Amino acid sequence: MTPMISLANPTRFLSLVDRVVPWLSVVVVITLGIGLYLSLFVAPPDYQQGETVKIMFVHVPSAWLGMLGYTLIAVAALGTLIWRHPLADVAAKTAAPIGATFTFIALVTGSLWGKPMWGTYWVWDARLTSMLILFLLYLGLIALWQAIDEPGRAGRAAAILGLVGAINIPIIKFSVDWWNTLHQPESIFRAGGPTIDPSLLIPLFVMAGGFTALFVLLHLIAMRAEILRRRVHALQRTQVEHAALAEA
Amino acid sequence: MSTARALLARDVRLAWREGGAIGVALGFYLIVVVITPLGLGPDLNLLARIAPGILWVGLLLAALLSAGRIFDNDYEDGSLDVLATGPLPLTVVAGVKCLAHWLTTGIPLVLLAPFLGLLLNIPLGTIPSLVLAMLAGTPAVSFVAGIGASLTLGLRRSGLLLALLVVPLYVPILIFGVSAVTPYVTGPNTVWPPFFILCALSLASVVLAPLAAAAALRTALR
Amino acid sequence: MPDLGTHASFIIAAYAVTFVAVGALVIATLEDDRKQRRKIAELERLGIRRRSAKAPASPTVKSRSKPKAATTPAKRKTASRPGKTRL
Repeated sequence: MTPMISLANPTRFLSLVDRVVPWLSVVVVITLGIGLYLSLFVAPPDYQQGETVKIMFVHVPSAWLGMLGYTLIAVAALGTLIWRHPLADVAAKTAAPIGATFTFIALVTGSLWGKPMWGTYWVWDARLTSMLILFLLYLGLIALWQAIDEPGRAGRAAAILGLVGAINIPIIKFSVDWWNTLHQPESIFRAGGPTIDPSLLIPLFVMAGGFTALFVLLHLIAMRAEILRRRVHALQRTQVEHAALAEA
Repeated sequence: MSTARALLARDVRLAWREGGAIGVALGFYLIVVVITPLGLGPDLNLLARIAPGILWVGLLLAALLSAGRIFDNDYEDGSLDVLATGPLPLTVVAGVKCLAHWLTTGIPLVLLAPFLGLLLNIPLGTIPSLVLAMLAGTPAVSFVAGIGASLTLGLRRSGLLLALLVVPLYVPILIFGVSAVTPYVTGPNTVWPPFFILCALSLASVVLAPLAAAAALRTALR
Repeated sequence: MPDLGTHASFIIAAYAVTFVAVGALVIATLEDDRKQRRKIAELERLGIRRRSAKAPASPTVKSRSKPKAATTPAKRKTASRPGKTRL
């Protein structure tokens, strides 16, 4: 709890970001580099899917990060509404575009994975459909942030929406699973495929680790930018006031 | 309690007096159900199969169209500020207004649905389950719309934004709502589980949505 | 180039989309960060600073207290409202 409290000071948070970004960038580059090498050159073809299983190494981590992003937003929402942590709404606002991008990547790569496997670019199976709805939830959050000018109201409104969405996600997942079994009696379309061979797990985890580190890095930089943006606005208001005083 | 009832009576009376909003919602519902066959072709078997889906989707869209009304009118003329500082907790105010929306928009849409179903060649035997499912699900529709309305209070393009925010939340209501109407897809006995889930969703919305809506109203009125 | 099998184009497309989307995200994030830092530097150059008394070692924003005369009463009221932190 103490780190959360000490990080509540924006200035201290900014100095933390400045210290973390350089070495975290190195970690990201190295991890993703190793991950890509393992995925493209080392991983063997799957006995059923052939080489297209390699798409899994970008699709699955992206999907995980899409979900991680929304979890982060939900936790940040609690931070805003219950504990009034000053950086909580900054965390939520900046996480949304990043999470949305990874969800988008998951959707497109999922679709590209599906074409050679099932013959169509899109299939309304439970997982892809749930991911699509998650994408819509992200879009709603981003749209709400854009629509409200006053940052205090925007932060609280987005926190409420984030929490409402988070509570609904299990319900939505349950209903989509239900809907899927209703209308597709034979589940030929299993997006994950059967059990994953261990030789495929290592590239997957390395890629997942690299993506996660990338998420954290981008999120920290984006939070720094947002804090600075708010300071800029405050200073610009001061500038205007000074000008008005000078005139008066 | 009598204050809440008075507020409810006032909102219902205002909605009826305004008339136009309810009429527009019903008209929109009619339009959606009319253009769908125009887009899909007049094959009656196809229409009969997709009728529950179209009727539910049309209802949701029509409800979304009228959802802005829940708080906007009072916000614009300042009555919402008065209500917020009045004797009723804001949560109760929000709940009453969502209830008013259900009574004045939700139920009329449900009553129109069977007749629109006839346009879609819905089997007559499914109409009772259709009406029952819609009655069970529309409270959730109105109360969840209330969350959207409170979040987008006074914003530009609030109608579109409200729809974008609320549609993902409508997915469970839609899925179970349609499942509760199509006994001929999976057999007559399977109507009840989705129906009860709909009831549960509505009950949960009635209790929880006013909390979220009140919180959102407070941020908007601050 | 590793042998990507019969569906090579899909694999390449998937990795390309990932690369482009991640790249766009990285560029957008870095650009925004750079833009804000430029603006802060610009405002500091004009002599407008934050009123914080602390002067942390952070390279991003230098703070220095403003002379009291320039502080308007309205500003002070903002500082004392509970739960509101000036960023």
